[in-house]
Amino acid sequence: MTQQAEPLRSGWRPPLARRTWNSGVWAHFAWAALLPGLILLGWQLYTAYGEVNPILLPSPAAIAEALGTLTASGELAVQLGVSLGRAALGTLYGCAAALALGTLVGLSRLAAKLLDPSMQLLRLTPSLAIAPLIILWFGFGETSKIVIIATGAFFPLYLATIQSLRGVDGRLTEVARVLQFGRAQQLSRLLLPGAMPGLLSGLRLAMAYGWLSLVVAELLGAQAGIGYLMSHAQTNGHPAIIFVGVLVFAVMGKLIDLLVATVEKRVLRWRDSYAG
Amino acid sequence: MSAALLEIENLNKSFRTDSKSVQALRGIELDVREGEFVTVIGPSGCGKSTLLRIIAGLERGETGTVKLSGEPIRGPGIDKGFIFQEPRLFPWLTVEKNIAADLSLRKPEVRSKVDELIRLVKLEGFAKAYPRELSGGMAQRVAIARALLRKPKILLLDEPFGALDAFTRAHMQEVLLDIWKHNGTTMILVTHDIDEAVFLGSRIMILKPRPGEIRGQIAVELSYPRKKASTAFQEYRYRVLREFERIDELAWGESGAGI
Ligand SMILES: Nc1ncnc2c1ncn2[C@@H]1O[C@H](COP(=O)(O)OP(=O)(O)OP(=O)(O)O)[C@@H](O)[C@H]1O
Ligand SMILES: [Mg+2]
Repeated sequence: MTQQAEPLRSGWRPPLARRTWNSGVWAHFAWAALLPGLILLGWQLYTAYGEVNPILLPSPAAIAEALGTLTASGELAVQLGVSLGRAALGTLYGCAAALALGTLVGLSRLAAKLLDPSMQLLRLTPSLAIAPLIILWFGFGETSKIVIIATGAFFPLYLATIQSLRGVDGRLTEVARVLQFGRAQQLSRLLLPGAMPGLLSGLRLAMAYGWLSLVVAELLGAQAGIGYLMSHAQTNGHPAIIFVGVLVFAVMGKLIDLLVATVEKRVLRWRDSYAG
Repeated sequence: MSAALLEIENLNKSFRTDSKSVQALRGIELDVREGEFVTVIGPSGCGKSTLLRIIAGLERGETGTVKLSGEPIRGPGIDKGFIFQEPRLFPWLTVEKNIAADLSLRKPEVRSKVDELIRLVKLEGFAKAYPRELSGGMAQRVAIARALLRKPKILLLDEPFGALDAFTRAHMQEVLLDIWKHNGTTMILVTHDIDEAVFLGSRIMILKPRPGEIRGQIAVELSYPRKKASTAFQEYRYRVLREFERIDELAWGESGAGI
């Protein structure tokens, strides 16, 4: 029975955000770290006692040592800074374009008829296939990298924007008509919050894809950044550094995802599913 | 010429789907005076919601005229408050923001009016709660407050308490009567509950289905608050029931003649 004269939980709200941080995240981490930890242990034992060529598979200890040296010299921080800056800028451009075009296509039938078929075609073109073209047009400099990242981030959010705007509850749209919402209120009180769950998961995907495209962009030739560090190490025979690069990409990717997930939980506090 | 707030003349409406056409309303004539509380009762599918949605401007009639204060209805608007069967609150807004909806609570006149309405619908202490924290009856009261804030000329209620349990429903009927006495807002309430129609209405319209037509009306000359257990109340219940029996016989006769 959900219909009662009295509220189910009168005015009481669980302290959502804090509780998530204290227990949730650490438990999450512990579970997530279990499998990699075991693999790492096996790996170390295998490289220490087995017959392995260290050029092909450096031991975790050697990788940790490379990580230590790169961190101490400040090199890692510099390259990571370059990569993060690139990823942020590219993702920002990609997301801004996705929101603008997605809103247009999501709200206007004309724009949908005109733009969406072409967009769907472009979407299915693999980004690795367009990357050489982008480099051809924009050169090997910074611009082409930003464009590759922006393209990667664009499509997930573009699709999510269209879908979530179209998915706003029609019964609430009817309420907005009866209450005679103005255009601005329709956007700020109905469409935007109604689309917010979808927009946020689109954003989460967009950031992940932006980060993945960063790898493509940097491995295709860069003068700085984590990808550069890796391809440089490859030509100079430092496999441990390649592993450090892989590790950094993975950890940063996960951290970015965690950040958006946390924002998502806070913004969507009003939703049932986040109550418990 | 007429003093009626709402005038409906010869209203017809049918819905066309790919395969067939359904006549939802036929030849509806209805005048509602200012301050009246009209209840509309009829079996499922007789066009009650359609009638209310046309008055609200959410749907268009095919032929006939529908006028509010002498003006033809052109579309939905705040002068025609609408309460749907479900509360339809914005889940991302607190109770007070749901009531204010597109208006800003930072304006002192909106603020004070919202506070007053929260007291009127007996939701003190829940101004900052989210819809998911409310029971069905409380949520519907928020919806009523939201409509009242706009000072509608007429409040249209489409089976507003249909989803509530019997106790909550009785309570909500009293809340609604209080509001009606307090504000004098003209109301049209659709229901399929005979008790509710007699308890609330100063006039009961009886609709019959296929096609939806008005088959009769009963003026309820009982003073408020009405006692459901009283003999006079039961008399009116029987009158409504007898109308339905008459409708059943007619329907039986018509279809029998057709075969
Ligand atoms: N949008 C629509 N498209 C097609 N047919 C419709 C539509 N809306 C209503 N109808 C039809 O019109 C008739 C009247 O429907 P309406 O919803 O007004 O009935 P009602 O009296 O409100 O019923 P209930 O008590 O079940 O709510 C029904 O036969 C229904 O199938
Ligand atoms: Mg209905």
